[in-house]
Amino acid sequence: MSQDAAIEANGLDLTFETGDGAIQALRDVTLEIGKGEFVSFIGPSGCGKTTFLRVVAGLEKPTGGEVRVNGTSPDEARRDRAYGYVFQEAGLYPWRTIAGNVRLPLEIMGYSRSEMADRVNRVLELVELSGFENKHPWQLSGGMQQRASIARALAFDADILLMDEPFGALDEIVRDHLNEQLLGLWEHTGKTIGFVTHSIPEAVYLSTRIVVMSPRPGRITDVIDNPLPRKRPLDIRDTPEFLEVAQRVRKGLRAGQSYED
Amino acid sequence: MTLVLAAIVLWMAAWWLNMRIAGSALASSHVGRVAVPLVFGLSVLAIWELVVRGLDVPQVILPAPTVIAETFVAETGTLWTDFRQTALKGAISGYVIGCIAAFAVALAIDRSMFLRRGLLPVGSFVAALPIVGTAPILVNWFGFDWQSKAAVVVVMVFFPVLVNTVQGLADTAAMQRDLMRTYSASYWQTLLKLRAPAAMPFVFNGLKIATTLALIGAIVAEYFGSPTRGMGFRISTSVGTLELAMVWSEIAVAALAGTLFYGAVTLVERWVTFWHPSQR
Repeated sequence: MSQDAAIEANGLDLTFETGDGAIQALRDVTLEIGKGEFVSFIGPSGCGKTTFLRVVAGLEKPTGGEVRVNGTSPDEARRDRAYGYVFQEAGLYPWRTIAGNVRLPLEIMGYSRSEMADRVNRVLELVELSGFENKHPWQLSGGMQQRASIARALAFDADILLMDEPFGALDEIVRDHLNEQLLGLWEHTGKTIGFVTHSIPEAVYLSTRIVVMSPRPGRITDVIDNPLPRKRPLDIRDTPEFLEVAQRVRKGLRAGQSYED
Repeated sequence: MTLVLAAIVLWMAAWWLNMRIAGSALASSHVGRVAVPLVFGLSVLAIWELVVRGLDVPQVILPAPTVIAETFVAETGTLWTDFRQTALKGAISGYVIGCIAAFAVALAIDRSMFLRRGLLPVGSFVAALPIVGTAPILVNWFGFDWQSKAAVVVVMVFFPVLVNTVQGLADTAAMQRDLMRTYSASYWQTLLKLRAPAAMPFVFNGLKIATTLALIGAIVAEYFGSPTRGMGFRISTSVGTLELAMVWSEIAVAALAGTLFYGAVTLVERWVTFWHPSQR
């Protein structure tokens, strides 16, 4: 196991016991994510991409294999505030203002008052929400709410950002804009990002590597290195290079599917 | 007979007036919203007066509103003493004690599966006991003064507040709880920052139901023994001496107190749960 891996999974297995039998959500998942990488997980629903992220976050316990985050167990990593997690829904607390929501993890982690104010200002600026500090979540659009939830995950400066289909519920125009912002953010913070999506263009546009997964049992079928340069204007999506990578991802997804029957 | 006819005419007139207000642009304004129930209430009182006088209804059956009002004004001192004894000492103290106890037990239930399985069913059993059965026993235990009335109120308000609080504490989305877990938040941090605020709409439901129960409990408990003051005491003795105007005055006090109490809790609710879709 190498020194500069942020996330390492070795032969991960996870079986859920449900009312109608056991479901194998992950089988023999082995993957290493280096520091500063942007890795996307793509696949049809039930392929275990979200489950994998939850295992990394320590929200699920694997039934077999091993996972290390920054060289420690997921539980330890969580106590070390090693990662910020962005969920599918913004999940902002309606009784708190936007600033109050971003302050939430800082309050729990015991930051000083002035430190909290500084950090809240900084991350709200980062997601372009300055001036909305005192609004309540329901007064903001869905895209703005999701940006606030990203700010919340960034507030305590974790090195790793785990994002579970954060833009899935947003319309395409807002999504493009947020993709661009996220890429900029990744570039100047140097964070390691694990990103679950089911959009091929989103995965290709954002990531340095794309992990293709397939369901029943959930497993990795392909890992694609993205040759695109780090600087990516939105219209890179019309270049032949981009379309080539997208094609490979699509092929990988299809191959996973035919496995099934 | 003319008075009865006048009552019918008045009824028609008030009806017509209210239909006009409700149909006009005034209806959605503040004035309109106050005016319609006001016209309705006043016309009911006026018709009551006219019919009672017109048909010579005996005082013991139904006193006229003006007679009740006279008694109300003449007996303000007694009414105030009774109000203090029953509403302030009995109902409010019992309400506060009962609600605090319910919150404490709700937390204990939340922390322990054993209590959840064991205490909640016993709680519903206690809640099903009729107040006329428990009140005499509690009067026996705690004496004739307000303490026994407060005890009855505690028993009455405890369960609705408990059930609503337990339900409210369970009312968080899995995602919100996962979020707190990713911060390694402790039980108390999760409770204070997520579950307690999320529970407030439920808690206030319980608190509002409990306001009316508290007043009923405090009044009824006095039927089973009390010092020579209190709203329930006055109602039962005045019925005995056929002073029906006094009974109705006490009823008016009870209605006013109940409305104010409920209104006050609703105001606090609006302030605490401003964020809830039903309030904003």
